[in-house]
Amino acid sequence: MEDKPFDTSAAAAAEPLEKPESQIREMWDALKSNKGALVGLGIILFLIFVAVFGHWLMPYDPNLSDMGASFLPPGPEHWFGTDQLGRDIFSRIIYGTHISLTVGLSAVAISLTAGIILGAVAGYRGGKTDTVIMRFMDMMLAIPSILLAIAFMAALGKGLDKAVIAIGLVSIPEYARIVRGCILSVKENDYVQAARVVGNRDGRIIFKHIMPNILSSIVVRATLGISTAVLDTSALGFLGLGVQPPYAEWGDMLGRARGFIFSAPYTLIFPGIAITITVLAFNLLGDGLRDALDPKSRQL
Amino acid sequence: MLLEVKHLTTEFHLKKGVVNAVDDVSFSVDKGEILAIVGESGSGKSVTSLSIMGLISPPGRIAKGEILFKGNDLTRLPLHELQKIRGDQISMIFQEPMTSLNPVQRIRDQIMESIMTHMKLTKEEALRRTVEMLDLVGIPSPEARANDYPHQMSGGMRQRVMIAMALSCRPELLIADEPTTALDVTIQAQILELLYSLREKLNMAVLLITHDLGVVAEAADRVVVMYCGKILEEADVKTLFTSPMHPYTVGLLESIPRLDDERERLSMIRGMVPNPLHMPPGCAFSDRCDRCMEKCRKHMPALVPVNGSKVRCFLYSEEVEEDRHE
Amino acid sequence: MPMLKFIIKRLLLLIPVLIGVSIIVFVIMRVFSPDPAPIVLGQHATVAATEAWREANGLNAPLHIQYLNFIKGVFTGDFGTSYYTKTPVIREIMARFPATIELAVSSIIFASILGIVIGTVSAVKKNTVVDSAGMVTALLGVSMPIFWLGILLIILFAGVLHILPSGGRIDPLLRPDTVTGFYLIDSLVAGNMKAFVDALRHLILPTVALGMYSMAIIARMTRSTMLDTLGQDYIRTARAKGITEGKVIRKHALRNALIPIVTVIGLQLGSLLGGAVLTETVFSWPGIGSYTVNCILKSDFPVVQGVVMLVAITFVIINLVVDIIYAFLDPRIKYTREEA
Repeated sequence: MEDKPFDTSAAAAAEPLEKPESQIREMWDALKSNKGALVGLGIILFLIFVAVFGHWLMPYDPNLSDMGASFLPPGPEHWFGTDQLGRDIFSRIIYGTHISLTVGLSAVAISLTAGIILGAVAGYRGGKTDTVIMRFMDMMLAIPSILLAIAFMAALGKGLDKAVIAIGLVSIPEYARIVRGCILSVKENDYVQAARVVGNRDGRIIFKHIMPNILSSIVVRATLGISTAVLDTSALGFLGLGVQPPYAEWGDMLGRARGFIFSAPYTLIFPGIAITITVLAFNLLGDGLRDALDPKSRQL
Repeated sequence: MLLEVKHLTTEFHLKKGVVNAVDDVSFSVDKGEILAIVGESGSGKSVTSLSIMGLISPPGRIAKGEILFKGNDLTRLPLHELQKIRGDQISMIFQEPMTSLNPVQRIRDQIMESIMTHMKLTKEEALRRTVEMLDLVGIPSPEARANDYPHQMSGGMRQRVMIAMALSCRPELLIADEPTTALDVTIQAQILELLYSLREKLNMAVLLITHDLGVVAEAADRVVVMYCGKILEEADVKTLFTSPMHPYTVGLLESIPRLDDERERLSMIRGMVPNPLHMPPGCAFSDRCDRCMEKCRKHMPALVPVNGSKVRCFLYSEEVEEDRHE
Repeated sequence: MPMLKFIIKRLLLLIPVLIGVSIIVFVIMRVFSPDPAPIVLGQHATVAATEAWREANGLNAPLHIQYLNFIKGVFTGDFGTSYYTKTPVIREIMARFPATIELAVSSIIFASILGIVIGTVSAVKKNTVVDSAGMVTALLGVSMPIFWLGILLIILFAGVLHILPSGGRIDPLLRPDTVTGFYLIDSLVAGNMKAFVDALRHLILPTVALGMYSMAIIARMTRSTMLDTLGQDYIRTARAKGITEGKVIRKHALRNALIPIVTVIGLQLGSLLGGAVLTETVFSWPGIGSYTVNCILKSDFPVVQGVVMLVAITFVIINLVVDIIYAFLDPRIKYTREEA
């Protein structure tokens, strides 16, 4: 160990008081009083339960077609009815929960990772690096994300993993922007300056000193991002570009049932409800987190 | 009497409890008179002025009392009747000239709006009057400045605009809530001077809300001292400055720095204003008072007339205020 | 003329953005996408035919030459011809673009008016039943997939109630002569009220489906900005003037709140162009969105490149227009500084 020329205790004293753990506890305290957020969290836990234990909950094999039983309206045998191939819609929706959550979470993981790295580098380095990265992000934002995702799908080919990548890629700019903005505002704080003076390496400064302080903004954005990802997944599925058969995916179910909009409308009702509830839950939680973490809106 | 406030009580319903920001306050303002209400922040002086204007909004509300303006109780008037009086017979200027003007409207339009709301004038006449008003409050080249936006003016100029707007319909009563607090000292004197001269010119009464005894000495005819929502002392300005009665008033006067001061340090009132949610059971000032007695901590003294003034202190009268919070 | 200077500067900034966008599109379509030849010509085309086709469409040139040819086309307005119809891309696009613009404009009008009204009422009646109802509507609006909302509207208004058409732009027999490509305008120009009404009836459901999400975003934004402005000192001043509460809200609070709301509306107009892809598919709306999806799937490169460039230009121009509207709404903004 080399001797550091400065007294490290100065930096230690200037360290932010808020540690991630206490931040999370503070979030939870504020969340507890937000009814909407609790409802959202409840629904999400329920959806996770369905996604994990779905196999035991499905009354039928979601992919088993039975042409003799096609287009059965909702009833005691088939709660949500059957589709054009006689598959049980209820079972397919349960199966779709797994798909939607997986795609949603993985896509956000991709855009979050890439967005944090790009945004952190841009914000922390500044100068040319910043300009190049952010200009590129602006260009991506100038193309409607759904068109961009479709183009990625066309290039990559169809499939679950491809959908995850396409949806993840198109929302990178949003995260990069947020992270960069946060970093710029935190960068000049005393404790970061102090950490720098003491000779900490950049990467260490970003992850030890800056990240914990912008964690809350990222958590909010990511929660709302999952709802966007779920919507995008279903949109790709609806256009026939997303998850491919035999997997049951909500958007895909809607897309394939479109032709029966007047003859069997119930085939189009339930998958849509499933998407809406999922998206709603993440929106509720995201809004609640934002209210909880933003003292200004907390008063309102 | 132009304005008579009787037993005004304004309360705020907060999550942690009810706060009486103004607690059984009575005073009156005569035609052409300048009455100052003095107090620290939290004394209820601003809430009193907003109550008169009917500008208290939830969680606050006027719980009790009457506000008689030329004999009409403003607290009982329906909103549209009150709106006819606001800006016309009673108008108000605020502490923050920087934020009290609408940033996206020209000065001209903001003053004209007031004029055209209350007077039957054509646009041209209203504009002419606007320019006259700007001239009256001492804004140079008023025709040109009328086209300015607020951000193009300094704080002192904006307060002059506020005054022009408030006076544009020749009100009988002007409520000035800390009109000089946000301004530089030199500008402060100019604005006070302006208010003083306009009072003479327009023969209007002024209710001056301030925490600054210097301002009071310069401008007021009569003074009401408020503390924690209650009136502690009321006197004409000369009496108050020469022979203050309430220990709080004495303390306030002693903490004014003076040029001829021979004291080593300025004296200060010790302690802090009590939390409005946890008021002491007796006199609100008892905790900070050097002359506090046993019963001051148990009972609230009544506001009683002494030598032509009024004071709320057991040093001058044994009378206890009847329990109001039954 | 600081404003003119500002506009010119912004238009010049367009160029690097467009070059960047063109690179992104080019890389996705030409580098990563599968070879279009077998898709266009079919699996059984001969090697010679495939080679001839590739040569004819400039696909045998090195990539950077292909890109330069493409970018040259962008600046001369020549995006090439569709692999399938052999029609110039620009003509293919122009035949469909008005339909999309008509839909997007009517959606943003719907979204702005309803969103501002709901947001304002919610803010003024904060924490009442009206507020909750408004905000629940807005929450549903941001949570429902556009295409599913479209399907629900079709089921209800076309399937159950039979009061509105389920798709298309107009009854083909009533189609007016093309002047602007906007049927509402063209039918008025022709003085054909029947066509106008029919076009309007076709427009209602897609407008609601496409505009609902933006409406919700605008309503939420309006509510929070209005709550903010309603607490400002100048609102108290306005009330002290004795003007009516309605005037206080409209002339003072909303007028100030509009400044951030306009930004959101601008952003939403951009996102509507994306949402149009889904709405047009659901309602068989003959616009650019559904067409582009097909072209992407069929690897019709020239068309896709053309569309994306056009959308990006539109997007950037919308941002510019928003900034100009800003200047009118907020006198504090001056376009004299280097950066705006």
